[in-house]
Amino acid sequence: MTVTPGWYMTLAAVLFAIGLLGILVRRNALIMFMCVELMLNAVNLTFVAAGRALGLIDGQVSVFFVLVVAAAEVVIGLAIIVAVFRQRSSASVDELSGLSG
Amino acid sequence: MIETILFFVLAATSLAGAITVIAARNPVHSAMGLLGTLFSLAVIYVVNLAHLVAAVQVIVYAGAVMTLFLFVIMLIGVDKAEERDETLPYQRQLVIGLAVITCGLAIALATGSGFRWTPAAPAAAQAPNGTIENVAEPLFGEWLLAFEATALLLTIAAAGAIALAYFRRGAPEEVAE
Amino acid sequence: MIELLPLVIALPLAGAVFLHFFGRRIGEPASGWIATLAIGAAFVVGLVNAVPAFTGELHHAEHVAIWDWMPAIGASLEIQWDALSVLMTLVVTGVGTLIHVFAIGYMHGDPRFSRFFTYLNLFAASMLTLVLAGNFAMLFMGWELVGLCSYLLISFWYTKPSAAAAGKKAFVVNRIGDFGFMVALMLIFLNFGTLSYGGVFERAGEVLTTGTAVAIGLLLLVGAAGKSAQVPLYVWLPDAMEGPTPVSALIHAATMVTAGVYVVSRAAAIFELAPAAGYAVATVGAVTALWAATIAIGQSDIKKVLAYSTVSQLGYMFLAAGLGGYVAAVFHLMTHAFFKALLFLGSGSVIHGMADEQDMRKMGGLRKHMPTTAATMGVATLAIAGIPPLAGFWSKDEILGVAFEGGTYGQVLWVVGLITAMLTAFYMTRQWVMVFMGEPRWDDGVHPHESPRVMTIPLVILAVLSVVGGLVNTPFRLGLEHFLHPAFEGIDLAHPSEEMSVFAILAAVSVLAGVAGIAVGYLVYNRPPARWTKFQEGFGGLWTAWEQAYRVDDIYGATIVKPGKRLADAAAFKFDLPVIDGLVNGAGWLVRTVGSKLRVVQTGLVRNYGVLFVAGVLAAVIWMVVAGGGV
Repeated sequence: MTVTPGWYMTLAAVLFAIGLLGILVRRNALIMFMCVELMLNAVNLTFVAAGRALGLIDGQVSVFFVLVVAAAEVVIGLAIIVAVFRQRSSASVDELSGLSG
Repeated sequence: MIETILFFVLAATSLAGAITVIAARNPVHSAMGLLGTLFSLAVIYVVNLAHLVAAVQVIVYAGAVMTLFLFVIMLIGVDKAEERDETLPYQRQLVIGLAVITCGLAIALATGSGFRWTPAAPAAAQAPNGTIENVAEPLFGEWLLAFEATALLLTIAAAGAIALAYFRRGAPEEVAE
Repeated sequence: MIELLPLVIALPLAGAVFLHFFGRRIGEPASGWIATLAIGAAFVVGLVNAVPAFTGELHHAEHVAIWDWMPAIGASLEIQWDALSVLMTLVVTGVGTLIHVFAIGYMHGDPRFSRFFTYLNLFAASMLTLVLAGNFAMLFMGWELVGLCSYLLISFWYTKPSAAAAGKKAFVVNRIGDFGFMVALMLIFLNFGTLSYGGVFERAGEVLTTGTAVAIGLLLLVGAAGKSAQVPLYVWLPDAMEGPTPVSALIHAATMVTAGVYVVSRAAAIFELAPAAGYAVATVGAVTALWAATIAIGQSDIKKVLAYSTVSQLGYMFLAAGLGGYVAAVFHLMTHAFFKALLFLGSGSVIHGMADEQDMRKMGGLRKHMPTTAATMGVATLAIAGIPPLAGFWSKDEILGVAFEGGTYGQVLWVVGLITAMLTAFYMTRQWVMVFMGEPRWDDGVHPHESPRVMTIPLVILAVLSVVGGLVNTPFRLGLEHFLHPAFEGIDLAHPSEEMSVFAILAAVSVLAGVAGIAVGYLVYNRPPARWTKFQEGFGGLWTAWEQAYRVDDIYGATIVKPGKRLADAAAFKFDLPVIDGLVNGAGWLVRTVGSKLRVVQTGLVRNYGVLFVAGVLAAVIWMVVAGGGV
């Protein structure tokens, strides 16, 4: 029983789905961010697996770019969470509904 | 054979970590779960010969990003456990509905015959060896412009973070309500 | 050199743009001289390029493309340089330059001095666009632009309610004509698939049926009648005299109002196929000529006389053009530009010297105080009266000659023309005598004086042109006819009889008519005003009708304007307000109501949005999987 790329893809899909589910059901902004990281990592896994299957190094190069975006996003996102927390003493996104129609 | 064993072990640990992330009531537990997933993925990368990516995964994600998360968790309080009950109307039902549809789609794809995960690979595809040298060559050659753009992105992100964190201090509280 | 032709339009345009922005800073009189320089330079450019036409080397129309505007319909900014446009360009820029110079003196002290010259230059550029156009689209552009300039200049003194109303009237009446013109252009495009002169006129014979040609011709006549103030659309021109006198001279005598004659001549190939339309043009012209001449007799405002005289003379040109005498029409257009511009400028000089008095009954005896004006206007009066060898004699005689050769109907028109000629001589003499002869009847405090050099020199130049201008085309030497011939290639031009005896008899009759008119005018009006009244009373109610211009304005007011207003009221308050406004307000109400119901969807909650987003993504994925045959 050899591991085919499909196995890794399936694992990535499941991880991605778990992350998505987390975003939809959790209301703590921090947890939601972790879920975003989870989803990004799932995507990274597909890059690596596909790069291996196709014999291309570009899959791994792509991971670097995703990584940089993720890092930048975490920096800004956490800064926003801290800034919001300072004003509202809460990290719940459900309380941030100032844009409601 | 060894790869198969490793795959199942690592898949189990990474899924366990992921489920901890979304299930734990304490944010610190969630962070630990995420850490587990990240480490598992790093090992999977090694199995896939992506050595440099694995190293960066550990250093940047497990190191820097997770540290940042933990800092923020400490900053805004670890004792704030989240309520379990859903407050938004219909949110739970909608999510369940979406989950069912997604599962149905996945099953349909798995049992169907017309779907392939990857495009047809060349018969003699050699798994690329992700050493520093091999990764650096396209990164600083073909993709140099994109690399420079990400450098700019990071700089902007750093400046933005400073702006968000620093300029609020001392400024009058701008509470909307 | 022909590449320089766009400059003819560009120079006055540049002058207008420049004066628009910097005119106020430059002030008086420099901005006037700049405007004069611009149009003078355009004249020089035109003259240089006209040399091949004079030497007979310009056999075919030259074209200068400026910009491909709408190539699909043959509408581009393109100059057509043939004998007809050469002549029109020289008349417009030449007479225009003289009037610009005159206006520097006339507009002296006006607070909007530089703005006046902005408009004047803009008008020149528009008129040149009209005459230089190489297709109907560009012609129409110039056509509308001169209308706009006419409106701006008539109501130049817009603080005067009558001036503002006159401008409005000119604009509205012209719209009626433009409507016909536009429909004519659409018909042309429908039949030819292009609007370029070449594409239309060269294939007119094979494409157009007689019926279509008549329709196009009549619609062109509607447009021309509006612009050239022909019956029944002439009513705006007398009112247009509210504008400054140089405007009356340039726009409402020498150039713009001749655009209709120009268009009819330009479209000769179409009228050639539609004799009925040609007869309509001639009839309208003859009726206008006589009608306006009778009204001119009864006027006592110095400019009103000239205005009706202009209408009448334009009728002459239409009369000739309708009978196929395009050369005669264009010839009269040219000489008329000289002596009518001179008459208007002379009247401007009189008004200037009389401290803005326009009523001839309050003038008299001015020849001692304004010798130059009196002399030059005298020349123009003789010219328009058709006294040989002045310009008006030759051109008017050619028109009458064309009419006489035009069969029975032409001879009827010839009689009308002859009566008109006599009336013209009469009312022009009446005017000159009332203004310059007899005893002074001025208001107290009026001290007439001769105008400055800047005004009299253009008068003198125009007087010289009025004397010799007719010599370009005499029965003895048909210079203009040969000159214009290339522009009317393939057109069967109507000529006066080539028999010298016929010419001599016709000339003798018309000169006799002119002399008779002059004699009556002189004998009656060179006496105290009491005798005028007695003479006028001899006509009974007829004179009152002439004095009141047949009350055409009142008739139009009752039959057209009033019902029109009522219709507009009905449309506004019975249809627009409830239905159109209701639709608009209803649309607003609908949006607001739907919006207020839908706003609850925007909860502002990230997770709600997330669910919807994921649902959308999932739908897209399912579609892709199904469409891609994945399941």
